[in-house]
Amino acid sequence: MRYERPTTLKAAAQMLAKEKGKAFILAGGTDLLVRLRTGFIDPDLIIDIKDTSGARAIQKTATGFKIGAAVSGAELGENAALKKAWPGVVEAANLIGSKQVQGRCTMTGNLCNASPAADSVPALVAAAAKAVVVGPKGKRTVPVEEIPVGPGRTSLKKGEIIESLILPKRPPKSGDAYLRFIPRTEMDIAVVGVGVSLTLDGKGVVTKARVALGAVAPTVVLVPAAAKAIIGTKLDKAALDALAAACSAACNPIDDKRGTRDFRIKVAGVLARRAAMIARKRAGGK
Amino acid sequence: MSGITVNTKINGDPVEFICDADETLLDVLRNRLGLTGAKEGCSTGDCGACSVTIDGRLTCSCLVLGAEAEGHNIGTIEGMANGEELHPLQKKFIEHAALQCGICTPGFLIAAKSLLDKNPDPTESEIRFGLAGNLCRCTGYDKIVRAVQDVAKGMRNNKAKRA
Repeated sequence: MRYERPTTLKAAAQMLAKEKGKAFILAGGTDLLVRLRTGFIDPDLIIDIKDTSGARAIQKTATGFKIGAAVSGAELGENAALKKAWPGVVEAANLIGSKQVQGRCTMTGNLCNASPAADSVPALVAAAAKAVVVGPKGKRTVPVEEIPVGPGRTSLKKGEIIESLILPKRPPKSGDAYLRFIPRTEMDIAVVGVGVSLTLDGKGVVTKARVALGAVAPTVVLVPAAAKAIIGTKLDKAALDALAAACSAACNPIDDKRGTRDFRIKVAGVLARRAAMIARKRAGGK
Repeated sequence: MSGITVNTKINGDPVEFICDADETLLDVLRNRLGLTGAKEGCSTGDCGACSVTIDGRLTCSCLVLGAEAEGHNIGTIEGMANGEELHPLQKKFIEHAALQCGICTPGFLIAAKSLLDKNPDPTESEIRFGLAGNLCRCTGYDKIVRAVQDVAKGMRNNKAKRA
């Protein structure tokens, strides 16, 4: 195995495109090193992108936030401006692993690892985040929900690397939240995860919403029907019931040791309701 | 396989080592540099026995490649005591009997120091969450939490006295 640490993402993408063997990108390494150590992967080349420009930066731009691919969970949690604008995204990223893991783990890695239970991904999808992808044919920007295509599989082509994630600028009176169910209180993997992002008007009516579910299908899923159930409402009981029903209907989960299919379907609705209430509070609604 | 030459600082001292590309920082510390304080527990980032700091940031050295240490400052348990003088956390762990077999202890001490550096006045719940990445199968955690609380109290009293 070889280890390379290029200083530009273009060079990294070229190395990745040229490699004839198995090549992997290393940022935080909290998934990659585990797979390496347990013999799940046998790389010929590891490309460390932490020294590429912008990889470790959180930039506030005119159109929102640009988060470099190697920014750690701990760094996200320490960025007051980001936390204020996107509290749900930051709380979701900060739920991943322990303090030790937080020191290294990245949202881009969480996305590319393509686990349906990835905590930061439903929050990113609800936030309408986009991924900036660099590859041999230049740059393209894609909605984050188009990156994972199945457990452990992504839509990235050979030679493509995610450079950064873009969180849009928020209109006033907006809020987001992420909730997950785990049997323990810490250090666990979501049995169900729900991200909700919404915007209110002056009267407290939801004008825009996005709802995404994790761990209930082969990929994180955006649920337009759930958003539709609350847009135009003040999140009264009927709207929340409709939201929960739409979320449960969108689930196509597995049965496993962490939760049965029926349990996941039920809990998706319960968490969606609660996450919507938190998002509304954060948006300045009552 | 030709080795990779890495220049780093460990506990403030410049260190140069050669490692293989697939070698973890934990293996470099233990097998090449003789720094055996960090322990290998799970090797998958779950138990925290291999905790070190990189540029002051708590991390599991089993989830870091040795080659990644290039140009960074690594902090290990060997740098915690000031010569013969134990760090207050080390003293209180002994006083409270916050260890039995001792395998998890270096990791707990590094993680507890990292916690108190950021938050000198943690609640019990903050201590328990802050140390959730460190597993101990002997103590049941209570004695560890009490030792950390005692150190935090001492640090606050010292600060008050100086003020």
